[in-house]
Amino acid sequence: MRTPLSRVLGLGSAKDGTGHWWGQRVSAVALVVLTIWLLASLVSLNDSSHAQVVAWVASPWNAIALVLFLSSMFYHSYLGIQVVVEDYIHHDGVKVVTLILSGFLHALLVVAGVFAVLRIALGGQ
Amino acid sequence: MTDSSRPLSPHLQIYRWQITMALSILHRASGVFLTMGAVVLVVWLMAAEHGPDRYAAIQAILNTLFGKLLLLAWSGALFIHLCNGVRHLFWDAGLGFEKATSRKTGWLVVVAAIVMTAVTWLVGTGVLGAGS
Repeated sequence: MRTPLSRVLGLGSAKDGTGHWWGQRVSAVALVVLTIWLLASLVSLNDSSHAQVVAWVASPWNAIALVLFLSSMFYHSYLGIQVVVEDYIHHDGVKVVTLILSGFLHALLVVAGVFAVLRIALGGQ
Repeated sequence: MTDSSRPLSPHLQIYRWQITMALSILHRASGVFLTMGAVVLVVWLMAAEHGPDRYAAIQAILNTLFGKLLLLAWSGALFIHLCNGVRHLFWDAGLGFEKATSRKTGWLVVVAAIVMTAVTWLVGTGVLGAGS
């Protein structure tokens, strides 16, 4: 049944290939490490002053890890929410609009988060 | 999609509850819930960037009983999603598909998530070890 072209492209019946699945797994592996680091950091920052929190964010490796965490987490979240929307919203119009809004919202969140980290890290406050 | 004469799979209420299906549902639910927590994390970072006043304001909200319950729920959801996510990664590698094994690892996920959540809060509140 499959044409030579479809076999070469390897995109299957969903026309999307394994890209979504693979992206979700790779970001998951990165997040195993980054999430444990973040949670341990937040626990140790409990009861810290504003100055201490800002100093923690500004420290280069923390800022790098925070940016990595925010980008992989919101990427992972976008892919996950996409699957939930595709599975449970059956009205095509509502589905497409929700997916677009989810994309905008995830983009806004990751940019806002990274921007805050970089302002603290590079702002020299 | 709208052809109602097609056979349907049984609805959720008809299945006998099992740890495997409960965790499957919980994995999705915790993922969506964690996305809401991620919004709070970004707001918290923006408040810290903005200055001491706004940071104090968000800390005050998070320190209310409701705020703490939310944080507790988010940490619990995080460990469920993390542990069950690792279980999924093993499945992706082709490991642990046997019925008995997937039930065992399912319960392991539940126990591990509860223990990790408890340890996190005991350390965070200074009850256990040298938190801060």
